[in-house]
Amino acid sequence: MKSLAELKAIRERMQGKVDMRHDNENNIRVVVGMATCGIASGARPVLKALSDAVQEKELTNVTVKQTGCIGLCKFEPIVEVMEPGKEKVTYVKMTAEKALEVVEQHLMRGQVVTDYTLGDIKL
Amino acid sequence: MYRTHVLVCGGTGCTSSGSEKIIDALKVELEKNGLTDEVAIVKTGCHGLCALGPIMIVYPEACFYSMVKEEDIPEIVSEHFLKGRVVTRLLYKETVTEEGIRSLNDTDFYKKQTRIALRNCGVINPEEIDEYIGTRGYEALGKVLTEMTPDEVIQTILDSGLRGRGGAGFPTGLKWKFASGNRGNVQKYVCCNADEGDPGAFMDRSVLEGDPHVVLEAMAIAGYAIGASQGYIYVRAEYPIAVDRLNIAIAQAREYGLLGKDIFGTGFDFDIELRLGAGAFVCGEETALMTSIEGNRGEPRPRPPFPAVKGLFEQPTILNNVETYANIPQIILNGVDWFRSMGTEKSKGTKVFALGGKVNNTGLVEIPMGTTLRTVIEEIGGGIPNGKKFKAAQTGGPSGGCIPAEHFDVPIDYDNLIAIGSMMGSGGLIVMDEDNCMVDIAKFFLEFTVDESCGKCTPCRIGTKRMYEILDKITKGNGTLEDIDKLEELCYYIKENALCGLGQTAPNPVLSTLRYFKDEYIAHVVDKKCPAGVCKELLQYKIDPAKCKGCTLCARVCPAGAISGTVKEAHVIDPNKCVKCGACMEKCRFGAISKE
Repeated sequence: MKSLAELKAIRERMQGKVDMRHDNENNIRVVVGMATCGIASGARPVLKALSDAVQEKELTNVTVKQTGCIGLCKFEPIVEVMEPGKEKVTYVKMTAEKALEVVEQHLMRGQVVTDYTLGDIKL
Repeated sequence: MYRTHVLVCGGTGCTSSGSEKIIDALKVELEKNGLTDEVAIVKTGCHGLCALGPIMIVYPEACFYSMVKEEDIPEIVSEHFLKGRVVTRLLYKETVTEEGIRSLNDTDFYKKQTRIALRNCGVINPEEIDEYIGTRGYEALGKVLTEMTPDEVIQTILDSGLRGRGGAGFPTGLKWKFASGNRGNVQKYVCCNADEGDPGAFMDRSVLEGDPHVVLEAMAIAGYAIGASQGYIYVRAEYPIAVDRLNIAIAQAREYGLLGKDIFGTGFDFDIELRLGAGAFVCGEETALMTSIEGNRGEPRPRPPFPAVKGLFEQPTILNNVETYANIPQIILNGVDWFRSMGTEKSKGTKVFALGGKVNNTGLVEIPMGTTLRTVIEEIGGGIPNGKKFKAAQTGGPSGGCIPAEHFDVPIDYDNLIAIGSMMGSGGLIVMDEDNCMVDIAKFFLEFTVDESCGKCTPCRIGTKRMYEILDKITKGNGTLEDIDKLEELCYYIKENALCGLGQTAPNPVLSTLRYFKDEYIAHVVDKKCPAGVCKELLQYKIDPAKCKGCTLCARVCPAGAISGTVKEAHVIDPNKCVKCGACMEKCRFGAISKE
């Protein structure tokens, strides 16, 4: 390493990872249902995609967590986005691709992807 | 990328309670559940709550699992990591509330702490330089090399008010300034004192184990400030994990060009080597330490000349303690005002203490200077076990003294501790309750200094031995009031005449206990009694005939055959045969046996 720029590059690459190890209660919480129903309908790739994207894009104000059964097993995989001071948004029948869309649109730009939310989905 | 980070403590405390086995079991279980790409295992340094080890923290949930056993791992992996259901029974009780899981930062142990020196301990993997860089590591070095002159660096450290964390509290910036003359024309050295020897102190070890790069970075900054190109870390060989991690850290820093020639392309050269100490306490004294690095027998030499003028290999040298260095990069990055905002008028910043003895949360805590002993012991430390009463806290190890209950609310800083007859020292804080005998404590520390005296100067070699003999005589019930006077006289004589800090401070444990607990000394000498019931020679076990049922249990457990009596009749102890082991009292079901 011969320059500060190189040091900065390593820092930026690592920061998303290391930042996960701080407890921040004011973060936007993204919760993935990972009970038997969720896992069976494919929640694991969804969780992985969300977690990776949040770290890659260095969204340090977002925490991706897992939870148990949310109760709407037929709509799994379910992803809930909880932003302090705002109403909870529930995305249903998620896939890894849809999850990335949520990251880009909702988490980064603040626009709820209504196509996938519980209220609007065509059952 | 991993979605979950499992931080397992790899400090000495948790390693000895089995964290290595837990890491192995985790690897097996993650493999079994196909989670190796999703869950990262990070072996970190010390989290501080050593009493609850092995410790495991899981992010992003920030779940704090304590006293984890190998058998718990399959459950944690399948329930928590796979299905997202936290294993509540293993959580640290303080974090579990009726509303759910509470943040670790809100627990009594952590909420009053401010972690600067320990900021990365328990957070990063100390064996990965990238993780250190991810928390702004080596940025301070980059900043000083490209934006600051050496004099500006020294001025910053001076202005910050940082004082040496190794014990004496000498202003760090001043030390650097004294060694800064004639840059570029003279070979100079930067040394790190990691020969932590006070009984009960382990903060330096924890920094080296949890965040070794911070010491390397700070030493390079010091090298730039005074114009040195070579550093030495003198570390105890009894700290094998710290030595390993330092070696790894130095190799990684060299590979990245953060140590070696032409760092960041600025033309600044700096390299660091390790020197292992063989376990002599006196080698923590600065002149003895440098003599030892030179390859000679670790004995102190008179000062002046001070190391800043004539130090290692007779060249200008600065020597700072591990914890002092751990503060430097943060001061450079966050500024003087940030650092000065913490602490008291003459002691800025924070101090790490190793809490030990009669306290519930034994472990490592970092508090702002000026925090009271009451906060540290009652709130952070969780109070004294078994509802016993606080008697004294010992700080500063064999060089320090005991702080009695009457000073429970004195804000802890360098000057206040000296004023009440103790000292900051490296930060060992041993809590004592009513069951501790203060004469016995003084004797314990004196025994330590007698063992560790290097023998070069007479006051220390012979004086401490004589002091120990008097203390021994007192605890055996053979002391006289004249002995106490003689003891005190010896204290002042040794303080004034010993060659180095070890001898000059050796009488402190005696002086401070004489100052605050003279009544205990007198009880030993005049009444031939040990009020705390510690000194065996002054104890007597007795059976209360009214309470004794004659069950014969005591007679059967007595190893000396000192108890006699017939079944269903009161027993008696023969004081001439009794070895005062206390086994009878422990076994008696009727509370008939007492000691006095």
